[in-house]
Amino acid sequence: MTTPAGVAERLTSLVGALRAHGVRIGTGETVDAAQAVEALGFADRELLREGLAATLLHGTGQRQVFDPVFDLYFPRGVGGPEQKAAGRDDLRERLAAALTANDHVMMGRLAVEAVDGFGGYGSAPESDGWSSYQTLERLRPQTLLARVRDNIRSQGGSSGFADRLLEDEIRQRIEAFRALVAAEARRRVAERRGRDEIARRAVTPTADRVDFLFAGKAQLAELRRAVQPLARKLATRLAARRRRASRGSIDLRRTLRGSLSTGGVPMKPVLRRRRPVRPELVLLCDVSGSVSGFSDFTMLLVQALHDQFSKVRVFAFVNRIDEVTGLLERGTADPEGLSARIEAEATLTGYHGSSDYGMALGEFAERYGAAVGPRTTVFVLGDARTNMSDPNLPAVRQIAGRARRVYWLNPEQRSRWGTGDSAAPDYAELVEMHECRTARQLSALVARLLPV
Amino acid sequence: MFTSVDDVSARLAETGYLASPAVATTVFLADRLGKPLLVEGPAGVGKTELAKAVAEVAGARLVRLQCYEGVDESRALYEWNHAKQLLRISAGRDETWDETRTDIFSEEFLLTRPLLTAIRGDDPKVLLIDETDKADVEVEGLLLEVLSDFQVTVPELGTIAATRRPFVVLTSNASRELSEALRRRCLFLHIGFPDEELERRIVRLKVPGLDEALARSVVRVVGALRAMDLRKLPSVAETIDWARTLLALGADTLDETVVQASLGVLLKHQDDVLKASAKLDLDTLGAL
Ligand SMILES: Nc1ncnc2c1ncn2[C@@H]1O[C@H](COP(=O)(O)OP(=O)(O)O)[C@@H](O)[C@H]1O
Ligand SMILES: [Mg+2]
Repeated sequence: MTTPAGVAERLTSLVGALRAHGVRIGTGETVDAAQAVEALGFADRELLREGLAATLLHGTGQRQVFDPVFDLYFPRGVGGPEQKAAGRDDLRERLAAALTANDHVMMGRLAVEAVDGFGGYGSAPESDGWSSYQTLERLRPQTLLARVRDNIRSQGGSSGFADRLLEDEIRQRIEAFRALVAAEARRRVAERRGRDEIARRAVTPTADRVDFLFAGKAQLAELRRAVQPLARKLATRLAARRRRASRGSIDLRRTLRGSLSTGGVPMKPVLRRRRPVRPELVLLCDVSGSVSGFSDFTMLLVQALHDQFSKVRVFAFVNRIDEVTGLLERGTADPEGLSARIEAEATLTGYHGSSDYGMALGEFAERYGAAVGPRTTVFVLGDARTNMSDPNLPAVRQIAGRARRVYWLNPEQRSRWGTGDSAAPDYAELVEMHECRTARQLSALVARLLPV
Repeated sequence: MFTSVDDVSARLAETGYLASPAVATTVFLADRLGKPLLVEGPAGVGKTELAKAVAEVAGARLVRLQCYEGVDESRALYEWNHAKQLLRISAGRDETWDETRTDIFSEEFLLTRPLLTAIRGDDPKVLLIDETDKADVEVEGLLLEVLSDFQVTVPELGTIAATRRPFVVLTSNASRELSEALRRRCLFLHIGFPDEELERRIVRLKVPGLDEALARSVVRVVGALRAMDLRKLPSVAETIDWARTLLALGADTLDETVVQASLGVLLKHQDDVLKASAKLDLDTLGAL
């Protein structure tokens, strides 16, 4: 790669794209980045990548946004490969060899050829678009597993104890190749449709902006790690709200009593202090498969905030409800295991495994009604998808009647409420329902709605 | 200090530190841009070691501020030697109080702590602020001040400005998020677990007696453990420990018995050991 034209503009656009994904970059960092480019040159694209990451980013989580954006603004090259792919069999042959040798450079090259040869769709010769999905469907790299494994073994590359790890290792290599294909397809599309648009749409956002419902395992793990820092931030915000709330009105009697020392002139107004009774919180969490990532994160967050409240009780349900407060308290050391523990130790399902809000809410009102009183704020967490069963609105009405407030946090996009088996609009008439799709939205809601 | 990124790698390697391209690039830039380097990553991936290696390469003195809960200005910056001051006062020479006061607030009675040490003097220094995340948030304000101006004001003595800026490395295990302001002062480097090839080279370098094929297996097993959902993943430090253990046991290849017997070197929690044993198809009954 020689010095590409318009480096400054490219850097500016890169920064713009990163900012659009929530990475906060000031002008100072942009200046540093320009200096880094100057110091490193363009001879080695990977060094440039590291240099820009070092100057522009401030945290580990931002890297997953940065890499694909970098690939778009500082692409490996332009256009297709120098060499056109000879055909599917030939490409698979060479891919098998590269996977066997774990040759990253060769895999990168093959990804380029593969997208060029098999990813184009629309009118030839210049394709209208490039699809990694189509490329991988044609190439089917996963079917090379056995061949690569046998190759490695026959070359003496794996034996003894560690040989039992071989297949998983090859799967990881294939996964890495798939990611290379995805990146290459994005790059080709960006050449046609403009980088800025692709950078905006096709790059996975940081974990706190990912929809809970679509978050992958790695993103959920990242969210779990974010619980403690987030809780500390929220605790500060809650404390500020509490101070503001307690500033309140002037206590006339105490002001006058205090004024005796100043000859009856009321110098210092005494503010009426609110009784420092901390509020109580009850959480009702749908932990069925579809929304468990969301409930998991929220439960951990509330648990981390528990000293802000006089009492926190947490109930989990699928179609039956059970209290899990104890499991949550004991589990702070092992957040990953939370859902497994809940599943193992609580009774959440009756005759079937799918969620039933009506049953669960009814059972709550009946068995645990006493948990809710005039000082209790109740949060219901779930998508309100009842699997076509009765939503049991009277139960919700009953809970709302006893509680100080009831909020419902729904991880589904608002426009989906009421579609299919969603009873969201019915519930939303009885209690205040908020869309809560991402960790970012959740923390904003928590900071605003939690009682102080 | 360095002529190129390759120069960084080569010279760090001479001291026994094997840098990934990301590490070498960032160290190179930190030197060029004259900015502090914030290194974040799990325990045992070589963050502290990196600072030591840079110091060695640069022929610089390593000044280390080890952070912990409760570390404060008097531990990080400077402190007056009260005991000595008292002695001096009670020695009571024939002089006015003003003279005494001027005397006891002079260099002689100043206890310099790492942050001040690092900016004084003309000799090259590497300032390592280790495990910054363990310090309380208030300390960050202090760090920010020192790292912005490289000067410190001691009211009784005046302002002490660096004549030669140290190369600064801050490390963090990310047990808490450092403030945005401090992050912005720094170049950011995440060190994660090394790739297979690099880790093999590290193991071979640190445990020279270990057979090449065994080193390869060791690194593969550690890699597999890191893909598991464990409470504490083994780091480079544990890989090295394990390799040493195997060498000491006289194992020349891995087998079930050896792995079973030594898994505790890699994994610190009993439930991790059980989980890993099951996933590695070890004969767990034999161990119980
Ligand atoms: N890249 C590397 N090159 C050489 N040794 C390394 C490397 N990474 C880690 N180590 C070794 O791993 C051990 C732990 O490193 P250390 O710097 O204490 O980790 P950290 O400060 O990240 O917790 C040390 O013995 C160090 O020598
Ligand atoms: Mg360390």
